Amino acid sequence: MSTDSRAAKAARIRELLDTEGEAVATNTRGFNQGRYDSVARLEDYEGLKDEARAIKEDAIERLPELLDELTETIEENGGTVYVAEDAADANEYIADVCADAEADRVVKSKSMTSEEIEVNDHLHSRDVDVVETDLGEWVLQLADEAPSHIVAPAIHKSRQGIAELFEERFDPDEPLETAEELTMFAREKLGERIEGADVGMTGANFLTADTGTMALVTSEGNARKSVTVPDTHVAVAGVEKIVPSVEDLRPFVELIGRSGTGQDITSYVSLFTPPIDSPTVDFDDPDTPITDGEIDREFHLVLIDNGRLAMREDPDLKETLYCIRCSACSNTCANFQSVGGHAFGGETYSGGIATGWEAGIEGLDTAAEFNDLCTGCSRCVEACPVKIDIPWINTVVRNRINEGGNGGRFDFLVNGLSPDAEDDASPTLQKRVFGNFETLAKLGSATAPLSNWMAHSRPVGWLLERTLGVDHRREFPAFRRQTLVKWARDRDGTAPTDPERRVVLYPDVYTNYMLVERGKAAVRALEALGVAVEVPSVPGSGRPPLSQGMIDTARAKAEGVAEALDPYLEDGDDIVVIEPSDLAMFTGDYERLLPAEDYEPLAANSYELIEYVYGLLENGASPETLSVADSSETVAYHSHCQQRTMSLEAHTVAVLTECGYDVTTSDVECCGMAGSFGYKSQYYDLSMDVGENLAGQLREADADHVLASGTSCTDQIGDLLASEPRHPIELLDPAR
Amino acid sequence: MTTRSDTYDRFADKAAAYDVELTRTEVESLPETISDMLETPAVGAPLPWDGCSLPESVTTDPTPAQLNAAVSGVTAASLAVADYGSLVLEATPGGAEPASLFVDEHVAVLREQDIVPDMAAAFKWFGDRFRETRGSAIIATGPSATADMGALVKGAHGPKTVHVVVIP
Ligand code: SF4
Repeated sequence: MSTDSRAAKAARIRELLDTEGEAVATNTRGFNQGRYDSVARLEDYEGLKDEARAIKEDAIERLPELLDELTETIEENGGTVYVAEDAADANEYIADVCADAEADRVVKSKSMTSEEIEVNDHLHSRDVDVVETDLGEWVLQLADEAPSHIVAPAIHKSRQGIAELFEERFDPDEPLETAEELTMFAREKLGERIEGADVGMTGANFLTADTGTMALVTSEGNARKSVTVPDTHVAVAGVEKIVPSVEDLRPFVELIGRSGTGQDITSYVSLFTPPIDSPTVDFDDPDTPITDGEIDREFHLVLIDNGRLAMREDPDLKETLYCIRCSACSNTCANFQSVGGHAFGGETYSGGIATGWEAGIEGLDTAAEFNDLCTGCSRCVEACPVKIDIPWINTVVRNRINEGGNGGRFDFLVNGLSPDAEDDASPTLQKRVFGNFETLAKLGSATAPLSNWMAHSRPVGWLLERTLGVDHRREFPAFRRQTLVKWARDRDGTAPTDPERRVVLYPDVYTNYMLVERGKAAVRALEALGVAVEVPSVPGSGRPPLSQGMIDTARAKAEGVAEALDPYLEDGDDIVVIEPSDLAMFTGDYERLLPAEDYEPLAANSYELIEYVYGLLENGASPETLSVADSSETVAYHSHCQQRTMSLEAHTVAVLTECGYDVTTSDVECCGMAGSFGYKSQYYDLSMDVGENLAGQLREADADHVLASGTSCTDQIGDLLASEPRHPIELLDPAR
Repeated sequence: MTTRSDTYDRFADKAAAYDVELTRTEVESLPETISDMLETPAVGAPLPWDGCSLPESVTTDPTPAQLNAAVSGVTAASLAVADYGSLVLEATPGGAEPASLFVDEHVAVLREQDIVPDMAAAFKWFGDRFRETRGSAIIATGPSATADMGALVKGAHGPKTVHVVVIP
């Protein structure tokens, strides 16, 4: 990416932050909190997710068979099934159906798949009037704008903005102000449109092969009207929407509203088995009872392939097809909360999973436009009702983009994953430098303090920004000449004489070369708790290259780590990790990078530092050996995003509380720095906007100590509050 | 084991969260009970149970014009799901779907024995039923709603209020 295109991207993000950011933030954060509250009311949330996941895995596995079964069932029911290869094919078919029905007007209920094929434009070109009846979609149709969210498409528009739009378009007699007035006005206008409709078009959230039933998850009632009134019904759905039986709908019905907007269930879950056994309502014949005469309805199910069957063959993109489009991954994403789907989205889909959809449907070029906005924070993983590893899909696509496979949308099927080709100019220079941060850190440490003076000097700052896109407003962290490994090797023997346990403290790149104090504190605390600590030299975890989509480089790092730690694991030592994002590598990402025999022992024996302290205290070690609170010391603590996904925030809170501190935690999903993300000039404003949410909470807590577990969080909070927070272990350090 | 009345209470509680009120009555007094709570003009679809009838003020077999003018609509609910406060409204050739949809106030008539505890039970019922009839139904929870205009508003395209009359 050139300096100019970085500047253009930054400008676009800034514009969206200014114009749409506030509405998007309020709504998505509301949905996200609603999700936490709603799933907490379920007796067995995890069990339901497992069930949903299993149904999708099975359905996609058996898709060709289910497709045949569904076709047969629907034909038996009196409907027609058309499998469209691509958008053009689908649109042609739908236009023909409309022509046969002599349709002047189609009324539509909300459907992302119909957005994907742009059927409205196609029908307009055939002189068919298409009216969106979902209020949000209708607002966008009037405004000629694209959805900014897959469930709540007009989430970026304020009430006032909608009022102005209606004013301009309709010049209503009475001014419209309240949400109630706006809704009733829209209801009336749309009611008239529906009365005169010839064809009703819907999507389908799910389709059951056994009965030909489609589930539509809605709240307004417009889908019901669109199906009930006209005599012709066209449903447009991706082929991946098929599930085997009616009973399989249950976990999805219980999960989809909760995961998306935080509603236990939406007002209407329509289970239509079309053509439906209900009289049509012919407003052109207002005085004949609707029940007079035979019910004569037509139904066409248009199933869209448009790349999906190829995605099914792609081992990494395949999981995308499990997605039920609930929007949890958008709402829980800190970047999305700030900027919305107009930046964090492609042609049709938005949010974390959009990378998978857009890569499979449109191609890598489209995915490349916004793929970087996923920082891999992993907060979406636990939110996803079908347990898709969304960050991994983003990483894989990033890797493919790096490889320059920007041509056809299925290049990757032929090419497979080749090495990261770091010698040629494939991943951008910016990505390669951040991806090889370990090299930089080594050099910086070896040449400190000169390297620090350099990095902070204006000309170097300018050069970094011009060449690498490192934002000049960010300060590089200071490198330390004496690394943690050196300090540990040279220090006087203070090890417990008869240790109960032996651990390897993993010297991650940040602790080893920069945040050395937290490493020293960790050694002292562990030893005080009766543990023998070793700090051998071990390579970086591979997190930075993985974040940049450099999978092969990350794999090489993983192999190095496994090799270095193997003898300790053989001896029965535990591995203690300070940096949460590195622990997430060891216990999660390495599964994809290493053979099982290397991954499993490492994953099973690695612990987050405070989680380990928690275990020691549980097993009888005394907190008095640590530095405990004086009377009423207060702490404001921001856990790390990946740490929370690993369910390890509570351990830190518990240990601090046990040591007498009064702890307040932040509830923001991510600090916004996310490794190198916040250093990149094109994303600086977004990163700061996300961070401001956190900073506000920390300021409000007004505590004696601000603590954070991750390096990125430390950097970010340091920039926002103008004073660096410490790692919890530094507060507990017996030498404090 | 949940007794019938626990299930009823749970349903009533959950429905109340969506401002859906329940009225209990006997089969004999059903027409009168409905009549008292109705706003007219009213439309409806015949109730499928022996001995259960609608008051005369309810127009069954409505014309489109009558549907449009109706304030209330009375239809049967085939099932209720206690955990969610939901009603299951089946589409019928007699026009239950439009009668429950084109009105401001929906009055649903429910037999107490048709309240099931949870979604698992409801979907077992749907599976058996749909495989046999290839029918359609709505799981309706509270009135229609939207938040698209900047705040939650009831009665987006469908009814603004829902009332349930429960018979034994
Ligand atoms: S990926 Fe998961 S969380 Fe995201 S929209 Fe799809 S189902 Fe929902």
